[in-house]
Amino acid sequence: MSAAMTYNDCERRQISAAELTAVATDCIAAGMRFQMAWHDWEEGVCVVRYLISQGNRVPFLLLELRTDETLPSLAAVVPLLGWYEREMQDLGGLHFTGHPEPYPLVIHEGFSLPRPALGREGPEGHLSGAYAPPTMPEVRGDQVQDLYWGPIRADVVETGEFHFSYIGEAILHYHPRLFFKHRGMEARFAGQRAEAAVFLAERVSGVGSVGHALAYCQAVESAWSIEVPARAQLLRVILAELERLYNHFHYFGLLAKTTTLKVGSATGFLLEERVKQVAAQLTGSRFLRSLLTVGGLRRDLQAEHLASVLENIIDEGEAYLTRLHQTASHLDRLMGTGILSKEAAFDQGATGPVARASGLDRDLRRDHPYAAYSHLRFNVPVREKGDAMARSEVRADSLREAIALLMQASGRLKAGPVRAEYTVPQGQQEGLGWTETPRGSLYYSVRIRDGRLERVKIKSPSFSNWRVFPLTVHGTNMMDYAINEASFGLTIAGCDR
Amino acid sequence: MPVWTWTGLKAGKAATRWPQRGPDGQEGVLGMPRWDPAACRSDCNTCAAACPTGAITVANGTAVVDYGRCIVCQRCVEDCPEGAMTSSYDWAFGVRRREDLIWTAALDGPEGQQVGKRVARSLRRSLHIRHVDAGSCNGCESEISALDNPFYNLHRLGIFFTPSPRFADLLMVTGPVTAPMREPLLATWEAMPEPRLVLATGTCAVSGAPMDGGYAGGHGLNELLPVDVWLPGCPPNPAALIHALLLLLERMPQQVQGGHYGAG
Ligand code: SF4
Ligand code: SF4
Repeated sequence: MSAAMTYNDCERRQISAAELTAVATDCIAAGMRFQMAWHDWEEGVCVVRYLISQGNRVPFLLLELRTDETLPSLAAVVPLLGWYEREMQDLGGLHFTGHPEPYPLVIHEGFSLPRPALGREGPEGHLSGAYAPPTMPEVRGDQVQDLYWGPIRADVVETGEFHFSYIGEAILHYHPRLFFKHRGMEARFAGQRAEAAVFLAERVSGVGSVGHALAYCQAVESAWSIEVPARAQLLRVILAELERLYNHFHYFGLLAKTTTLKVGSATGFLLEERVKQVAAQLTGSRFLRSLLTVGGLRRDLQAEHLASVLENIIDEGEAYLTRLHQTASHLDRLMGTGILSKEAAFDQGATGPVARASGLDRDLRRDHPYAAYSHLRFNVPVREKGDAMARSEVRADSLREAIALLMQASGRLKAGPVRAEYTVPQGQQEGLGWTETPRGSLYYSVRIRDGRLERVKIKSPSFSNWRVFPLTVHGTNMMDYAINEASFGLTIAGCDR
Repeated sequence: MPVWTWTGLKAGKAATRWPQRGPDGQEGVLGMPRWDPAACRSDCNTCAAACPTGAITVANGTAVVDYGRCIVCQRCVEDCPEGAMTSSYDWAFGVRRREDLIWTAALDGPEGQQVGKRVARSLRRSLHIRHVDAGSCNGCESEISALDNPFYNLHRLGIFFTPSPRFADLLMVTGPVTAPMREPLLATWEAMPEPRLVLATGTCAVSGAPMDGGYAGGHGLNELLPVDVWLPGCPPNPAALIHALLLLLERMPQQVQGGHYGAG
């Protein structure tokens, strides 16, 4: 409300609870896409914000609703908001009337806190309780079998509990229960000096360290109107695309593992390893951590020779992708597996390669450019079929585009500063930051007062895609499950936070 | 599929034989900062103020560094006005006693090898690991999975991952242990046959840092499970993981004693 609150150049619109459903319906009718929703407190008044994209290179629309703790649910109009509302219910103590699935999401059945962690008065005490089964629709029938898998599963994987109701090989219903790993990350930011909290963003999702740190830094830079120097902007692209490169190689290694293509799997993992080793030689960290900072980079990087350093990896990577896409036994398992329709992808909030494989042509690097992306040329691969094959093809092309971006960005580097000078402003500021990570759109919203963070909201790509994934599992068969899951390329830490 | 066989042969050459010979693959990877008390000023608190995890505290004019809370962020190195904190490649930080991660001026003789000796006899042939993610950021999982890639090829050392706790010798835990993961973690440990080993993997699992202090993050394995090796690092790289595993098997020496690297 005060002029100092920036929120980038969002078009801000104050609405009332009574108008909410009608306004949301109009937005959807106009083809707009809800990106996220979160709550905050302003002098004891609850504020719920809805971030909406209105189109490419058009500022975001930000709906702001000052309300008491009870407001209407939009989940029936905008299905993807279902999880955001449940999160606000669990963490903020808000209540959404008419929610079709008003069950706990982040704080499990059986667990509780003395008062809501992100409620009016802030957190108190520690999460405690004991295991209780999740609330799920009951699937009945003569031969229906139930399988609980997790929270500790086979192999080295992240924690989650997966419930299948099935007959023979056919899955009738599938319910992933996540948030075993919920660490209360958003609350951990509160009270930190904004310029010193990058280390937390880097640890929301380890394999997304750069994406998270960059979105966070950009949110603070927007709040404080900091111009990042050109060299740092290019180096940020290089870090982000190196992260994409090792993540995508990992993706193909894992996908080939699920189709039992042993050598194909080992090759993907080896290429991932080699990119991580290059990352370490370039930056001191295999995860490219401890470099990004508010205003630019903590230190300069000698990335001019990246093209020659990556030469062998690029050649072998291209040969690898070509071989994979010529291996009939591998492709047969992907074709027609786990189909996600364009409508479901849009309505339920799919993002990144998953959305692009279902015909949604969206990429924040192009549509709402940040860092140096507006100066670089790249394509956004899109497919229509929405199956595991399409998801894999989009990933492959996106890997090639990452290489093209690395070559361009390193070729354009010119000497110059990598860190902007700034003074930390007093008073209150707000800002948004976003990145297109290997898994899709990531948003940070920050509110800072006198240099310290008061509220940080994180929307990770896996939070969006885990919501969508079950739709592709219902009605399919157990044999394809692992392949389908791998084809989504999900992580859990970022979703759970 | 002849074309894949050929690729397989090439990948075979990519494997390192480390620690016997060959590269460890960690060229350039920064480790825990080294502290030089001689260069340190007694009236200064800069590093402690810079450290985001409380790994450094200053009491009575002298700094105490707990590497069990260090996330290798290098902030202390950047901020120290005297150069008393310097970047290093010291990442093989697995230790048998938690105290060995805390810097002490005087080293108190040979560190306790007993735990290692006890298990070494029964496990000298091979080791089967059950991994449990108790709330990691997935950085640790990414490095643990890397152990199976052709470069490290953990199998060559007779070390394997197993899905069943009943066939596991070692519980490898990542993450600060969030509330809903306490029970499943303890149940997994209960299901393991004796003698069972525990490796606290990554700074989160060693101390909870930097997730402790909130409403949902835990404090790592301290007071939860009997830990045999503590391995801080954020995340510990694959070679640091191999070092810790071979330390458990008494096939490699401990590097750190009283917070001093290379003292083992
Ligand atoms: S490198 Fe370790 S000791 Fe130094 S500031 Fe970072 S966490 Fe603290
Ligand atoms: S130790 Fe570091 S890398 Fe490992 S889980 Fe914790 S924050 Fe992530």
